[in-house]
Amino acid sequence: MTPELHPTQRAAALGTRGRARPTREAWVSAVLLLFVLGVLMWASLAPIELASRDELFEIPHGTWARRMAGEKLEILPDTIRLTLGINDVLLLRNADDVPQAFGPALVMPGQSFRLPFATASTYSFACSAHASGQLNVIVEPSPARGWETLRWRLRNLASRTG
Amino acid sequence: MTRAAALLLGLLLASVAATTSAGASAAPALKAGVFEPPRTAPELSLRGSDGAELTLARYRGKVVLMSFGFTNCAAVCPITLATLAEARRNLGNAADAVQVIFVTVDPERDDAARMKAYLAAFDASFVGATGTPEALAAVRGNYGVTARKHITTDGYVMDHSSSIYLIDRTGKLRALMPYGRSAGDFVHDVKLLLAQ
Repeated sequence: MTPELHPTQRAAALGTRGRARPTREAWVSAVLLLFVLGVLMWASLAPIELASRDELFEIPHGTWARRMAGEKLEILPDTIRLTLGINDVLLLRNADDVPQAFGPALVMPGQSFRLPFATASTYSFACSAHASGQLNVIVEPSPARGWETLRWRLRNLASRTG
Repeated sequence: MTRAAALLLGLLLASVAATTSAGASAAPALKAGVFEPPRTAPELSLRGSDGAELTLARYRGKVVLMSFGFTNCAAVCPITLATLAEARRNLGNAADAVQVIFVTVDPERDDAARMKAYLAAFDASFVGATGTPEALAAVRGNYGVTARKHITTDGYVMDHSSSIYLIDRTGKLRALMPYGRSAGDFVHDVKLLLAQ
């Protein structure tokens, strides 16, 4: 004998039988989506701390000789972006065998020049390692938690993988 | 589609892991730009505003703060010198172990007497350095300083590098402070150099 069902229970039972069950792939996609959202949340809120605040750029050995031979070399980017509190120290290492001028700093062969920044701004330096003779350093403020932190991480990821 | 999402997720996780390391390094010790390893500061052989020959060897045992400029400078040099004077005042007794040297880039107008009078307005202990155009050009070359005459309607001015060089007690060129930093930054760095 079939037990008497309440009308709402009957409707629910009919509804369950009438709908297609989610496929395994749909479940995997849903779990993956939730996981991605979780990671995005984490990437937005977790504080950014790099192993070092130094942003290293090296002038390779032979740069001067190759340039003197007429080769048009682009050793360093024209613009370097730094972020206060994260990677706010520009570290220039001269592995060439002639001195290189970075603004007013004459960096000797085998020497490095480590310049910390404390103020967000755009700085322009005369630089003998550049074909254009100039290097711009854009120092940005520390990103706020949330969208700015996520954007910083994504840009950092793009620059390292691109 | 699922593979692409997994790849994106992996990259994002790697990025988060790379930017959330626990072993973040401490901020650099000096606030100025630091040369590593430091080299011996190129020697000077110029005429001092005190009437004596000006060499760095005279100031072994002191921290030397050396800047380049000219007494007719309307904007940059007065600010630099006022900042250095303020730093010396804030150093208290330690100021005796600090020597400011102001090397002219305009020997045409800056003789020893003029530099002495000009520098005394900031701090009587400051020493000016002048010399022949060739000797001064050689000094600038040794330090990477640039200076160029710029003609104006009422004469000329000198466009020049504006950073300040920090030389330690042993005569090593340790660091370079960019223009515009505060007196507090100089006090911080001088104290560190004096403590070494």
